Order: sequence, then structure tokens, then C-alpha cells
Amino acid sequence: MTPLMNDNVNRRGLDTFDWCFLGIIIAILTIGILSIYSVTNSASSTKFPIYLKQTTWMVVGTLAFIVAAGIDYHKFARLSYLLYGAGLILLIIVLIMGKTSRGSQRWIPLGPFMVQPSEFIKIPLMLTLAFYYGATSRKGWLRRLIIPALIVLPGFLLILKQPDLGSSLGFLSIFLVIVLTVGMKSKAFGFIVLAALMLFPFAWGGVWGSLHGYQQDRILSFVDPNSDPGGKGYHGLQSRIAIGSGQLVGKGLHGGTQTQFKFLPEGHTDFVFAVFAEEWGFVGSLVLLTLYVIVLLMGLEIAYNAKDITGSLLAVGVVAMLGFGIIVNIAMTSGLAPIVGIPLPLMSYGGSAMVVNLTALGLLLNVKRRRLSLS
Amino acid sequence: MFDTSRQANELAEIQSRLIFVKVGLLMILVLLGLRLWQLQIRDGVYYQDLARDNRTRSIVLEPPRGLLFDRHGELLANNVPSFQLYLSLEDVQDRDLLLSKLPEYLDVNVQAISEKLARKRRGRVKIKNGLTLKEAALIESHRLELPGVVIQPEYQRNYPLGTYASHVIGYVGEISESQLKDPEFLDMQAGRIVGQYGVERTLDTHLLGETGRKVIEVDAFGYSKRSLSIQPPLAGNDLYLTLDIRLQRLAEDLLGKEAGAIVALDPWNGDVLALASQPGFNPNDLSGGISPQLWQQLLQDSRHPLTNRAIQGQYPPGSTFKIVMATTLLETRTMSGSDSLSCHGTFPFGKRVFRDWKRGGHGTVNLTKALAQSCDVYFYKAGNQLGIDPIATYSRKFGLGAKTGIALPSERSGLVPSTEWKKKNRGEPWYPGETISIAIGQGFLSVTPIQMAKMVSIVATNGRVVQPRLLKASRLRRTGNLKKEPSPTFQQLPIALATFSKIKEGLAAVVTKGTAKRAQSKIVSIAGKTGTAQVVALKDDDDKSEVAKKHRDHAWFVAFAPVEQPKIAVAVIIEHGGHGGSAAAPLAKAIIEAYMTEGTIKIAAPL
Repeated sequence: MTPLMNDNVNRRGLDTFDWCFLGIIIAILTIGILSIYSVTNSASSTKFPIYLKQTTWMVVGTLAFIVAAGIDYHKFARLSYLLYGAGLILLIIVLIMGKTSRGSQRWIPLGPFMVQPSEFIKIPLMLTLAFYYGATSRKGWLRRLIIPALIVLPGFLLILKQPDLGSSLGFLSIFLVIVLTVGMKSKAFGFIVLAALMLFPFAWGGVWGSLHGYQQDRILSFVDPNSDPGGKGYHGLQSRIAIGSGQLVGKGLHGGTQTQFKFLPEGHTDFVFAVFAEEWGFVGSLVLLTLYVIVLLMGLEIAYNAKDITGSLLAVGVVAMLGFGIIVNIAMTSGLAPIVGIPLPLMSYGGSAMVVNLTALGLLLNVKRRRLSLS
Repeated sequence: MFDTSRQANELAEIQSRLIFVKVGLLMILVLLGLRLWQLQIRDGVYYQDLARDNRTRSIVLEPPRGLLFDRHGELLANNVPSFQLYLSLEDVQDRDLLLSKLPEYLDVNVQAISEKLARKRRGRVKIKNGLTLKEAALIESHRLELPGVVIQPEYQRNYPLGTYASHVIGYVGEISESQLKDPEFLDMQAGRIVGQYGVERTLDTHLLGETGRKVIEVDAFGYSKRSLSIQPPLAGNDLYLTLDIRLQRLAEDLLGKEAGAIVALDPWNGDVLALASQPGFNPNDLSGGISPQLWQQLLQDSRHPLTNRAIQGQYPPGSTFKIVMATTLLETRTMSGSDSLSCHGTFPFGKRVFRDWKRGGHGTVNLTKALAQSCDVYFYKAGNQLGIDPIATYSRKFGLGAKTGIALPSERSGLVPSTEWKKKNRGEPWYPGETISIAIGQGFLSVTPIQMAKMVSIVATNGRVVQPRLLKASRLRRTGNLKKEPSPTFQQLPIALATFSKIKEGLAAVVTKGTAKRAQSKIVSIAGKTGTAQVVALKDDDDKSEVAKKHRDHAWFVAFAPVEQPKIAVAVIIEHGGHGGSAAAPLAKAIIEAYMTEGTIKIAAPL
């Protein structure tokens, strides 16, 4: 193990890499607020418009970022089982007495706010998996795969039951990427794929049956949205029109007709990328995509240079979580993936996701800053 | 537990696999970038066209307004279906051509419409209300020639009673440009029908309901092909007013062609039983989008039908003000009820001589007789002794000079003058001679009919001050529950019961043996006070019967009944009606009798 030792040995200070990292995050957050402002300011009449709410959540998220970056991640890792257990309990509470909205039960009211435990449990999950692999030998696929899978399963099922297809897939993606990185022997991998193929029809029946009607519609319409432009494929089509009509340089702030005339639904949440792409065009979209790519690559760089397995896998988990959100969200708004309701990290409106994503980025910085210290 | 060499080995393995993660990630992101290129650059023009020509339309669904009922559940306002003509601007191909074609099919003002459309590019704009069936059929059969023209059935406000209670009910109309900027209408979109006058306006938030929304897909002519999603509207709350519509109709019929106002209150809880102002208007004419000609005609009418005289008319109270004067005298102990003085028909003051309405005077008068006969000299002397400021103080206690706060727009406050007022507004001191005029309800003093009804209510209830109210109960659409308005809070004036007894004795005598014998009823005991408010000063030798109508005095009568246990308080004014005792008092009597006998009629009252 010979990570690229650079000259900086000052553990407390921030180096150029850190400043770049922070700068890019701030740039993405700013783009997000701008887009939400563009969607909501013309229609909104409340005294506390959504873009201000989102800004408030960013402040909360920044505090979480500082805490997550400041305290040695090994301390978090040692608490991970406890945190994960607490997360599972919250998910059970959601199922029993959570707030129902649009047919699914996802929120716990906390004073004036709505907390979404399915977002928050992602952090304990990463910590738990990182800590588990850091402390356990990988000999045998029972230890390597089955036990971690058993850790993930209850959380996954509880989120799926809400039902929140998007979040449950996001949850699963963290596990899958970490497992892939830890490495499965090719034989084991082949076995899993074979088993999955054989079980697929049964799983499909079970999963498909548990989906809500609108989710089934969304997946069906994904197959051929043009056949039914007003019906089931409505959101997807309007989103693609928004993105496409942005052309090279976009229509400018507040200029997006798809957004301003409300053809595009959920402009401030799941379809915020379409809002941005319509108003800032291909140039803007590419700049944004590049910013995201840089964040993810920096995350992988941190994983590569981490001083231990726990740190490395923690960084991989963060990259997996953000990468999944970015890829699936942009793919779904641009018509490459079914619309499953996955917010765009750091941009879509939502307090829980904002706090969780900033916490995760804080952990990333944490791992990076402790790579030189001795355990 | 930590095996350093194992850690090092496994970490190295993880590092080697990170390359695959990185490559996979980059490949997917490049794929996304390519997809964006495909959408925005390669097919950008195609999507640009789709965006410009988007075939989905979002339509606001107007909720039916809440219904209005009187206290017994008689319908005052409802909604009837009607056809509205809209332009769906996205679907209009040639705006000028279309506008030039429209007059072939229906009666529209092209000029007004093109002004309305001037700054709009998108959305639906209403261009005509209440199409006739024939017009609707004609448009419908020519819709291929009129792309973008859409007929939508909607609710239109309807007032089954026509002109009755028009000033209380008010009317509705499309939200105006200036209202759209008002924070009160913050959530509103152009084209919404909101209350513009009367309770329609002041209770608008109850009546409005919530709009729904329908997303439809349209064909090339803007006609709905299918609906994609519907969020139904929520109707407004139904309201029960305190009005008793039978009393209201009677009051308006009694006024007839005379200009004037009648206000009847339940003195104990402030319920407005009737609030009539004549002449009125027909709210049905105004709610369906009034023609500019008719509107001009209403505005320029010299009889001011749009003025609610009951709350906006400011008149000198005349002798009805002697009720306040008498109370002030007793409370300040300036004179006692038994003190008498002699009246010879004149009151010399400085170089001037103030005359009593009765030549030769009333002889020896005490307070009761002074009220019953409305002796001016008695009150001239009283006013002179009191001075203006105590009079002003007690006037305000009775609610004069201030708005009653009734839930109707544009109420006026009237005027109670004082030394301070005069200094501030006229920059002059108060002259004692002016107090003499005030003492008989003339001079600077002015009041509204509803203030007088409130004043006499306070006397009837021995000092209970309640705000007149119009809302009795509401039926909430969301729950279906009937919500009664809570009993109003009241305030007790610190005036002795003995004072009120003395005043009531005088007011009863007004009807039994005084100036308002015409108000005497066989079924109920009535107490009241006449007033004759001067419009212009007449010379002694003018023959009053010959005076032009517009110079004749306003006739007042304020009353309550029954004297012993009051149930109703009434104020009547007839503009240029002449004497209060002959012109106004019989109307008050008719109202009171109708109200007192109504109790015996069986009514299916929901309240």
C-alpha cells in the first residue's frame, strides 16, 4: 500500500484538494437553489417559499457536514451497528404511524418538519458495511456475502414496503457497489447471477405485485412512452421535451416554458434536472454533469488513498450512494430509465436527503483527512 | 483483532478493483452526456417544436361559490350553469383574423377583448360570460373556423330575489387587475370570479371554495381530446345571514320609490334583521359581466343606486339626537328628570334667536315632555349649559362618529364634532352658538342609519353595546357541519339604569302622546323618537308645502319594541320625506308589527 503521499502532513488544515472539493459542492448547491427558485418563485405565494426552505436545510446539512468531517470516522464506525439498529426501528415506526402522502408512508412528523428515515438509514448502512469488512476476514462467501446481505435485507424490505421503490433501490446500490469492491470470486459471482436468473420470474411476480398502480404504469410506460403521450408516459415525455427544448444554451432563468407553464410536474423535486437543462441548455447540463463527475472521482481518489479498509469502503459507499442518485435521476429525466422517484443529490428539494448527502460528503472528507494518521 | 498484513493485502485488492468502479462510473456518465447531446443538440429543434406546440392544457376548474341564505334558510344567492367563452391562446392561429370573425356569431366587443389579450401569450382567457344556447350552438358548429375558441360550462352567480337586499348581498365579478396585486387575493389567478360588493366581498373567503385543476390533451383546434388528470374543485361554504328576508322585503317595499334606508337590529346580539337602502340595483346585471353602458348609467344615476345609504349615507340626526342629549343631561346631572322650564317658542342667544319648531312654544316642559313633544327650546338651553365636549363624549359612547364595523364594504363613520375636532380640522375655536345647533342634531353633526339603529339598541338594552353582525352560521363544505357563529361579545356602558328608565319613559310618550302618534300600535308597545333633519335653512315665511322636493327635510324615526322587553330596534330615514312623525314613523311601526307577529308564524327554520 503506497498511496500518493503528498507534501501536506498537516492533518487539521485544508489543502488544495479539500478546497476544490468544497468549492464544487457549493457550486452544485447553488445551481440547485437557482433551479428551485426558478420553478417555485412565480407560482409560490407563501411567505416561506420552497427555495428558502431548501436553503435552510442546506444550513442544517452544513452543520452535519462539519460534524461528519470533524470526528474521526472510526468512532462513527464503532457505533455503526447501534445507529443501523436505530434506523431500522425508525423504519418500523414509519410503517406503523408514519405520515402518508401520495399513497406511500415515508415520513415521520417532527414538529413542523417531516423526517424521512429511509434517507437517514443510508449513513448507518455504509458505516456498518465498512466496519464489518474492516474487522472481518473475507474468507468464505458466507462471511463475504451472506452475512452482509442479511444486514441489508431488513432495511431494504422495510423501505420497499412503504412503498418507496426509488429509495429501496438506492439502499441496495450501496450494498452492491461495496460488495463488488470487496470482491467476489468469479465462481461465486457466476453462481449468484445464475441463481438470480432462475429466481427472476418469481421475484418479478412478488415485486411487481407489491408495486402501486402508478409505479407499474411508470415502468410500463418506460417501454414506449410515445405511444401514450398524455397518459402514463406523461411525466417522462414532458421531461424530455423540457430537456431537449433547452438546446445548446437554454432558455434562460424563468424562460423555461415547460417549467413555467407547469407542463413539467415536480419541477422542484425529482425533475429538477429537467428544469435546469431547459433553462441552461446543453452547455449548462454538461457543466453540471462535469461537476458531479469530479465529485465522484474525488470520492474514488479518497477511497484509493484511504489508510484502512473501513475508510476505503466508507468512501466507496458514499460514491455509490451519490453516483446512484445522479445516474438514475438524470437517466430517468432524460428517458433512459423508468421514472421511479429518485431525487437528484444536492439539487432536488428535500430536507432529509440534503442533510444525508452533506453528511456523506463530510464523511468522505473525514476519510481523506485521516489517511496519514496512524491507527 | 487487526491483522496488519491481512489489512494491507485486502486493501490492495480493493484498490485494484476501484479501477473497475471508476471505469464503469465514467462509462455511464459519458453515456448520460451522449444522451443529453442527443436530446438537446441532435433532436433539440424537434423538442423545441414540441414545447412550443405542447398539446396538453391545464384548466382551472372553478368551484361553485357557497350559497347564501337568510336566517330562516331562504335562498338569497345560488349558482346556475352557464356557458362561458374562452380563448385558448396556444391554439389561436391568427388572433386578428379570429377576432374579426367573432362578431359574426355573437355580440362581443372586439376592442375590449383585444385590449384584454394584448399582453398575454399563453393560457385561457375568458372573453364572454353567459352565452345564450343559440350562441353556444352557433360557435360549436363553426369551431373548425375558429381554432382556439372554447366553450366551457361554468357556474354563474344568481340572485333569485333580484333587487331585494342588493346592498347587503352585493355581487361578484371577475377579479380586477388592481385586486390581483392586492395581498388579499394573493393566490388568485386572472379570470377568477370573486365578491366585489356586499357580503359577497366581505365574506368572500368563506364563499370562494378551492379551485380544482384538470389536465387535458387538446386537438389542433384547442378542443379536449381526453382528460389526463382531474383534481376536483371544492365548493365554498354556505352562509346563513342574520337577515330576515321577509322583513327585508317589507322594508324595501315600504320605502318604495323614496330614497332612504331602514335598519332593523336584534338589540341583544346585534343581528341585522333588515338593512334596506333604496334605490337599489339588480345584482344579476352586475355579476355576469356588466356592459359598460349599464355601468355608466348606474354610476351617473343622480339617485345613486349603488350607494348603501344604511351604512354610507351621512345625515344630520335631527331631533333623534335628543336621546343622546337627554342621556348626557341626566348623567352629568346638569338637569334632573323633574326639572321644568317654560318654552315660549324662542331661545335668544347673543344677537341671534333660535326658534322652536312649534310657534308659540310648548309651555312648561320637563324631560319626558321635552322628548315627547320634541321641544327644541328645552334642548337649546340644555346644550348651552352642557357645552359641546360632554355632548361629544356621550355621542361617542353611543357609537356615533365611528364605524360600527359591520361586515360590509365602504362604511362611513359620520361626524361628532368637538372643540378639539374644530381646532384640528377648521383651525378655529368652537363657538358656543354652534352647540345650540348640535343640541337638536344639526350643524356639523352627521350620522348613518345603522349608527342610529345601534344607538337606539343601546337604549333598549339599558347600555349593552354590540357590533351589528350579518353572519349567523356557515355550513362547512369540507366537513358538512353547520358552524354557528359564537354569541357576540358585548360591552356595558357605565350609564345608570335610572337614566335609561327616564329616557324610555320619554320615548314611550313620543308614541303614545307625542310627535309619533302614527307609530302607535294595537299589538305592541313601541318607544321611539322622531327627527326632521334640515337640508337647507328655510326662512320663516316660506310655505313648507311649496318647497321643492330636493330642499325638503329628511324624515327620521328611531324606535324599539316592545318597550318592556325589547326585541327589535329600528332606524328609518326617508330622504326629503318631510316630518319624521308623519313620513318615517309609520314605516317603523309596520316593520315592528311584522316582526312581532312573525313569531307566531310556523317556519321550518334550520336555525
